[in-house]
Amino acid sequence: MSTLRTRDLIVNIPERRDGFALNMTIESGQIWGVLGPNGAGKTTLLHTLAGLLPARSGCVELNNAPLKELKRRAVAKQLGLVFQERQDTFPATVMETALIGRHPWLSPWESEQGEDQALAEQALHALDVDGLSNRLLNTLSGGERQRVAIATLMTQNPHIWLLDEPTNHLDLHHQVKVMNLLRNQAKSGKAVFMCLHDLNMAARWCSHVLLLYTNGDACWGETESMLVPEALERLYNQRLISLKKDGLSVFVPAP
Amino acid sequence: MTRALLSLSIVALAAMMLALAVGSVTVPPSDLWQVIQGDGSALHRTLVWELRLPRAVAAFATGGLLAVAGALMQVLLRNPLADPYILGLSGGAAVGALLAMLAGMGTLLVSGSAFAGAMLATMLVFGLAHGTGSWTPSRLLLTGVVVASGWGAVITLMLAITPSYKLPGMLYWLMGDVSYARTPWPAFLVLVVSIALIMPLARSLNVLARGPMQAAALGVAVRPLEWSVYLLASLLTATAVTVAGSIGFVGLIVPHMLRLVLGNDQRIILPASVLAGGTLLVLADTLARTVIAPEQLPVGVITALLGVPMFLYLLHRSR
Repeated sequence: MSTLRTRDLIVNIPERRDGFALNMTIESGQIWGVLGPNGAGKTTLLHTLAGLLPARSGCVELNNAPLKELKRRAVAKQLGLVFQERQDTFPATVMETALIGRHPWLSPWESEQGEDQALAEQALHALDVDGLSNRLLNTLSGGERQRVAIATLMTQNPHIWLLDEPTNHLDLHHQVKVMNLLRNQAKSGKAVFMCLHDLNMAARWCSHVLLLYTNGDACWGETESMLVPEALERLYNQRLISLKKDGLSVFVPAP
Repeated sequence: MTRALLSLSIVALAAMMLALAVGSVTVPPSDLWQVIQGDGSALHRTLVWELRLPRAVAAFATGGLLAVAGALMQVLLRNPLADPYILGLSGGAAVGALLAMLAGMGTLLVSGSAFAGAMLATMLVFGLAHGTGSWTPSRLLLTGVVVASGWGAVITLMLAITPSYKLPGMLYWLMGDVSYARTPWPAFLVLVVSIALIMPLARSLNVLARGPMQAAALGVAVRPLEWSVYLLASLLTATAVTVAGSIGFVGLIVPHMLRLVLGNDQRIILPASVLAGGTLLVLADTLARTVIAPEQLPVGVITALLGVPMFLYLLHRSR
């Protein structure tokens, strides 16, 4: 089981003062939701945690080893990322796309075997896109593409899952389905860390929440203690109405 | 997919046979078979082994080199329009070659000078595109295109001030001509070695085609891969240009034709590019030296005349 830890991490957001240093530990079984307004640095944080962007100061450790000292291939076996934006210059099928998740697990001379294929099929099935395996990615809807991207991460099968707004473009049913899938993955020992825009999803599915403010402030902790209306109103600069129903917190913007 | 490679190999072999058989003197299939076995008349043996085979191998190697270089550049720049020629490599090579011709140097020095010009162009584009900022595909492409037009102007200037008796040789070089090739084997060797080097990286290239961030997230060491691919593609182009002068657009259309038919797995596309690019140039060169024999046409013209309709047909037919 893997652990991702930040030590006095300050992400590098251009033209912003240093802000609050992050000292978080993301462990197996946890589901983290990152909440914050546009431009607060959620995506930058996610990319820094994946080692794709250099931090301004501090460091990220994967299983107690500094991330930047590890080989990309070794990192990719432990940690995977679903991007918010994806490039598809060249046409590729859904199956080919899911199969690139196996890349870190195969040596240069190997090609995908039956078991890799089986993992990809399983993942596509879990995301309800198994009927589309032979379709070209650029002929799919935004929501379908989003699910293919999550299926690719599932095929990669790392211990730590980083996701940038995984429910983007998804209809309600698939939003719930994806969040349940993430919960099941966490139950089976994965650690999930995702950017979200939906407070209600964070309230319902996340075990931990990180609030990122535009000015660089940050606070984090267990969901119960973090999702208090006053903090959230300050976070989004928006008055909220909060309701409780069947033990579930629901937030709606006040008119 | 392996079937596609097998059929392409058969077509390539057939094209080679055709190139060996036809010309000013036709060698019928039965005689050709005898020659291959080491028999046959002295005339046929000389024709096949000493005149036609080196030329056909040169054409095949040139086509293969250019097609692979194009396929690599397109993945590297994630732009379907990328091609070593668009990036100004051939411009640099042409200036090198023309300078050597102006100075009245022999074939060998012209080739060497072309190679040096191509590598200089590579370094120039790469250095300028890197600049002080970040190294992005669009910046590299833009730098390449601008540098290429610069080379174009220099070439025009050189042609304008060259005494007219030297012009035909220069123009032929610019249009691309395999008959310059004396020993095709170094180019062929470069082709074989580079394919052996690049094949283990082919799956990484598939991932790189999804963008550098995604590739890094999937365990690809992006920067070293990009550097090696760029240098290798430049070396391939420089070799091709050295053998046959400037033959445009094989690198652009061959990989695309293959992608339209075979999909975008570089593990298939790269070897298929060698076979298809080689075949296209062997056929084009065979036509170039037979259509209005004994006169020869520049092979670059035939390549375009064959390639353009074929490409447009495939593009029109594709999804």
